[in-house]
Parts: sequence; C-alpha cells; structure tokens
Amino acid sequence: MTEPIITFDKVNKWYGNNFHVLRDIDLSVAKGERIVICGPSGSGKSTLIRCINRLEEHQQGTLKVDGVELTDDVKAIEQIRKEVGMVFQQFNLFPHLTVLENLTLAPMWVSKMPRKEAEERAMLNLKRVRIAEQAEKYPLQLSGGQQQRVAIARALCLTPKIMLFDEPTSALDPEMIKEVLDVMTELANQGITMICVTHEMGFAKAVADRVIFMDQGQIVEQNSPHEFFSNPKSDRTKDFLSKILGH
Amino acid sequence: MADTFTPIAPRSAPIKTEGFVPWVRANLFGDVRSSVVTVVMIGLLVYWLPVLMNWLFFKAVFAPNTDACQAARGVGACWGVITEKYRLIIFGRYPFGEQWRPELATIALVGLLVASCVRAFWKPWLLLLWAAVLALFFTLMGGGILGLEPVPTDRWGGLPLTIMLATLSIVFAFPISVLVALGRRSKLPAIKTFCVIYVELIRGVPLISVLFMASFMFPLFMPPGISIDVLVRVLVGITLFAAAYMAEIVRGGLQAIPKGQQEAADTLGLSYWQAQRKIILPQALALVVPGIMNNFISIFKDTSLVTIVSLYELTGAMGLALNSDADWRPFKIEAYLFIAAIYFAFCFAMSRYSLWIEKRLNRSTTR
Repeated sequence: MTEPIITFDKVNKWYGNNFHVLRDIDLSVAKGERIVICGPSGSGKSTLIRCINRLEEHQQGTLKVDGVELTDDVKAIEQIRKEVGMVFQQFNLFPHLTVLENLTLAPMWVSKMPRKEAEERAMLNLKRVRIAEQAEKYPLQLSGGQQQRVAIARALCLTPKIMLFDEPTSALDPEMIKEVLDVMTELANQGITMICVTHEMGFAKAVADRVIFMDQGQIVEQNSPHEFFSNPKSDRTKDFLSKILGH
Repeated sequence: MADTFTPIAPRSAPIKTEGFVPWVRANLFGDVRSSVVTVVMIGLLVYWLPVLMNWLFFKAVFAPNTDACQAARGVGACWGVITEKYRLIIFGRYPFGEQWRPELATIALVGLLVASCVRAFWKPWLLLLWAAVLALFFTLMGGGILGLEPVPTDRWGGLPLTIMLATLSIVFAFPISVLVALGRRSKLPAIKTFCVIYVELIRGVPLISVLFMASFMFPLFMPPGISIDVLVRVLVGITLFAAAYMAEIVRGGLQAIPKGQQEAADTLGLSYWQAQRKIILPQALALVVPGIMNNFISIFKDTSLVTIVSLYELTGAMGLALNSDADWRPFKIEAYLFIAAIYFAFCFAMSRYSLWIEKRLNRSTTR
C-alpha cells in the first residue's frame, strides 16, 4: 500500500479548557479514498475535517496531510490549503462577486494565474457542475442547490488533491439535494480523495469506500458501507442507524 | 339550458385614487383633524411667505450701502454685506491683490473632487492627477517659486482652507481608520492594545482640545530649531481625530461579515491581506457607507473649529470680515446665511453621492 495522504495520530483537541471535542483520533486516508463520516451533532465530525485544512488547530498528536505536518508554520498551512478544497454547509460564496469572479479569485491571487487561463478553468469547472450559464450572475441570485454547486466548482478551481465536504446538503431544500449529490458522485468517480460529513446514507452506500461513525469526539466504528449498514458492531452505532434509517 | 344571458348591472367607476385631486383629498383632507391642520398650515404659509419673500428678495438691499441697509432693517435682508465682503469671507486674510491664486487653487481642487466621484475615472492616472492638483494647490497658495509672492500659511483662509483641510483629512483618515479597525480585531495583543488605546483616548476628548494640543503643546515637545507648520499640525490633529471615530464605524461593518467568509477565504489559501482586501473589506465597507459619509460630512463642518488656533477658514473668515467693521457688524445674520448656503451645497452633494454609491454597491444583492 502507498503512503496515506492524510494521517491522524493520537490527535486531541479541546474547545476552551473542558470541552474535549476530539479524543485520540487515529485515522489514515489512502490516496483516492472516499470516506463518509456520520454521527450525532456535537460528535466532533466537522471539527475533525476542519483540522485537515487547519480551520481548527489540534492541540495534541500529529496530523500529516500530503506529507506535511500541520503546525503553526504559516507556509506549511498555505501549502496544504492549496491541496485541500472545502465545501461548507452554508456555501460561503462571496456575495459581492459574480459566480465567475468567485471561481477565478483564488487561481489569480493565490496561484498567480493569468486572468484568461483562470477564466477558462473556471468555465470548465462550471460545466462540470452543470451551471456554466450562470457565470455572470451573483450568488444570491441563484437557488441553494445552484450555490452549492458553484461552491464545489470554486473548490475545484485550485485542482485540489483532497476535497472536504462539511454537511454539503444540510442547508438545502429536499428537491435540491439530488442535484448536489449527483455532482459529488461524479467527482467521486474521478479519483479525487474525498472526505464527506453527511447524513445522506444513500450517498454513503453508493459512493463511499469507508464509513466512519463518530460519537463524543471519538471514532466509534469504521467499516465498508456494506458491513457498516448491514452489520453494525457497537450498540451506539445500531442506535444511531435505527434513528436515521428508521423512517 | 333555458337560462338567458343577463349581464351584471353596470356600476359607477371607482373613485380615482391617482392624480393631484385624489392625492390632496387623501393626504390633506382625509378626516376632520387633518383638514383643520391643513387649513391652519395654509393660513400660516399665506401670512409668512410674503414676509419671508420680502425679506429675502423684494425689500432686500443688494447694493453695498450701509445707510440703505440700516433703513431696511427688520423688513429686508442686507445682501449688500455679501457684495461688500464676499472676498474677505471666501478668501480670509489672503493678500487682496493675490486672490486669483486661491481662486484658481480652489477651482482645481473642487474639479479634482468632482472628477474623483466619476466611476469612469477610477483608473491609475487618477492618483497622478491627485498628486498634480495638490502640488498645484500648494504652489499657488504658498507661492515663493515661479515668481509668485510667498504667502505664509497663517494668511491662508476662507473656503480654500476649509476644502483643503476637509479633503486631506478625509483622504488620510479613511485608510488609517480601516487599519485601526482591522487592528482592533487582530489576534496580536500588541497591535490590538495599541488600537484600542488610540481609539479610546481620541474619542474621550473634544476636537477643540486635540486642535489646541496640536497647535500649542506639540511644539513644546519638539527639539528647538525644528518647527512644523501650524497647518500641518492641525491637519494631523483633525485626521487622527476623524480616524478614531471612523475606525469604530468600519469595525461595525467588519463585525457584520459572517465568519464563513473568512473561513472560505482561508480555505482557498488567500493570505490575511488578500482576504481583507478582496473579500472582507469590500463587503464591510459597503455596509457602512451611510455611517462613513456621515463622518465625512461631519469632518467638513468640523474644520470650522480650526479658528480656535487662529486659522481663519470659512466661518472664521466670516467672523473676521464682519467683527472688525462696525458698519457691517449688525448684518451678521445675512453673512451666516451665506456661508450656511456654501456649507449646505457641499454637504448635500456629499450625501447625494453616498446614495449613489449605496445603490451601486447593492447591485449584487438585488435580483
């Protein structure tokens, strides 16, 4: 097996002095692997993936991404952020810029790409998420599903090796969830490393190589989707699955 | 079907709700109370308007003749005081024979300000134009080269001084205020503390005392032989004062930007300054345009306080022009109305411009 692209080694994190949000996390992610993380709210799943691009910092243990250890070293963080794309629950598009400008901003300012090339790449990625005709609009003029697809395209414009999804469909109307999941499924089939916090179990079954269940800051169980859903080991997992699959 | 078709009986048209008469009926004579108020107001208007018009125009004295003015007192304004003193009011103590210089300098500066407001001119060459016009302004005002008679800064006065002080303090205060606002939110304790102390100290004292310190106390701390022009000291005083106030307005805008914007910028690998410049500040400043413009207008009028340190800008020059002349001193009201009109013209233009800016900036959020 090749070197894993992400490794957590006994990673611990606290919010304030007493809220232990990540407890002894050990996790390694292989290149091209697609992982779905689920768990009850407050279980630390968002915090876990936000540590990967250092939106949150861990306090103990080591975390390596693409061979670089994450510390306070700003240069290392900048390097990692170019390799890791992220999609948020609330989209976080820049409302004062057009869709096209949202996409060209980082390539032009971070990667110093000429405008023309950045725009070509932006249009290519907008086509990938099937929204090229909206390039000149402002984000708030689009529907939630369209905005989330723009957000995915924006992350792709830096050609990241790893994509992080933090509950990408949780803020969407039910009808719009599918259009976003379709785009994510397509991405998954193109070999990019993906870590996705979601409660879309259908997506997990169809796409994931591994499903991780977290509770109270710990990884309780991880398995292939088939095993995970048909044969959960811990009681906590069984309880959780019965609640979200039960209706 | 045996039913025969019977049309609904015609009705009269609804009462007109648009146009002049319906508007008057609805808004001025809607009920008894508003009818009474309308009648009383019209009565007052009929009584006062002729009096006001007579005072302003028909019985006013326009010629610079004190006897005629004295005769018309109480019924007609004495605009003669403006005819007589306008050059003193507008140019202060600037040497009379050289007043074409401040005139030209003011026209150039106002022209520059108007040009800077036009979207199509927001190009790099505008910065060069600013440098050129400011150089022209100070050359014309100060003289001493190109055969122009030197005029020390304490002789500068009136409208050119007001506009120059307001323009430069706004131009310097705005970037400082943005930096201070960012600094107050900084994670670095030294920077944060410095910015907090600066804002709280300046906000805690009146502008007059800042100007007083800038003018009289500051030189005491300078090594002997080195003196900084009083105009510069006062300009620094106003700038630092205005920047402290504006910093808090800008900070209000920064607080209103959702945390997710900074996170998205971080995720894309933008550096701190790139994120502020491209993402955070454009949105934050757009939110606080009304507050910022409020402050700009306030600065423009606050320049009248520099009289305290013997710089005679518009208000000061007006006082100077009339106080020293017993013949014209009784007609201060007319002179005040005159400078009030000048202040109003500038401030009103600024507030209209801010509305235009707001509309422009809101394009992205309107469907």
